[in-house]
Amino acid sequence: MSTVELAAQMITSFLGAAGFALLFNAPKRTLIPCGLIGMFGWVLYYVLAEHGIDIVPATVLAAILVAVLTQICAKVYKTPIIIFIVGGIIPLVPGGMAYNAMRHFVENDYNIAIEYSVKVMLLSGGIGFGLMFSEIINQIIKRSWK
Amino acid sequence: MTNVLLARINQAFTGCLSLATIAGGSVTSPYTGNILAIMKKVMTKVGEQMEDRQLIAKTCILAGKIMLESGAETYRVEDTMNRIAAAYGLHDAQSYATPTGIHFATESASIPGFVRISKRTTDLEKIADVNSISRAIAAGQHTVADAHSLLLNLRQVNQMYPVWLQLAAAAVASGSFTIMFGGVWMDFLPALLAGGGGFATMLVMERFLQIRFMAEFIASLVIGLLALFFVYIGFGMVLDKIIIGAVMPLVPGLPITNAVRDLMAGHLVAGVSKGVEALLTACAIGAGVATVLTFL
Repeated sequence: MSTVELAAQMITSFLGAAGFALLFNAPKRTLIPCGLIGMFGWVLYYVLAEHGIDIVPATVLAAILVAVLTQICAKVYKTPIIIFIVGGIIPLVPGGMAYNAMRHFVENDYNIAIEYSVKVMLLSGGIGFGLMFSEIINQIIKRSWK
Repeated sequence: MTNVLLARINQAFTGCLSLATIAGGSVTSPYTGNILAIMKKVMTKVGEQMEDRQLIAKTCILAGKIMLESGAETYRVEDTMNRIAAAYGLHDAQSYATPTGIHFATESASIPGFVRISKRTTDLEKIADVNSISRAIAAGQHTVADAHSLLLNLRQVNQMYPVWLQLAAAAVASGSFTIMFGGVWMDFLPALLAGGGGFATMLVMERFLQIRFMAEFIASLVIGLLALFFVYIGFGMVLDKIIIGAVMPLVPGLPITNAVRDLMAGHLVAGVSKGVEALLTACAIGAGVATVLTFL
């Protein structure tokens, strides 16, 4: 993994996340934070995956990071969490994997297709788990501060 | 003590008598005016309270309706409605939101309690606006009437970004996702064009077709054909990566996140229905691309 590659990933993930936030009509002042959250989540995933860590735990960790950053941003900007979470989580959605599954189904290659489908399900579950985990931490912090 | 009591009873009695006679137009007691004024006050107070309660309920339902139409999580909608109700003193309010309708109930039966949600879009800015209005209400900055008219205005305002900007964002995001999913830079421009074309098709089709899934199917079909065309003429390199990047703007990101968050909050009905919505959309996209791939 070269620096140039990493920089390219950072720029594209920022553009992708911010673009998605714009499509969902997020308020103007939140577009850049949305892009940054998406970028940090994706870079963590990318670096972990490049270092040979399985993509499922990498996705879980990235989703946790995204969720934590989202909680902070929602506090700072006094907006609902949903605004930041959509843009941030989008890069982690296993679109490529789902595409491969569908493609092999079309080619009557059911064994490989099911393999990919299970992976997609695991990754989606991983994203959900990551979001849930940070919510739990958030609640624990709230409880203990009170 | 007894004297005083007797005097009071006497007063009340004359009051009643005079009330009875006032219909005929004759005034017989000096107390009549007083009692009438008090009764009038009480009646108007009761009427005002009824109207107030109705307006509070209307405001709550309107806030919930705007949020649901803009694609908020249902638990958030219920929370906001309850907060607004509590801020105006309706502590017994119960709300139940699903993606297609809201129930709202208080102890008094005269308040209308059900609204159907027929059209659903994605507008995060409106969610944020309703949120800030509800914060201001909780801080006691708006009267009920003010809040109601603010929400009515908000519902009519169109704050969507201009279409060209949406198209540009979809196109740039498509190109970016192609690179992120391991594509080569040669494919950035083809993916950008295919993604933009697909999103434009989606916007146009949504106007003509009532069925959203059909619009998504046609949009992804167009993306597949465009990508195939670009690869065929040698403009694009890897068909798979171009298609993956280009279909990303159609991916139901908001329903997926909402489904997860609603299920986490224990809103099983809303979570499952949002999840099914996301699944159907994903299937529509997959079917559109698959149709193209079968021609290969």
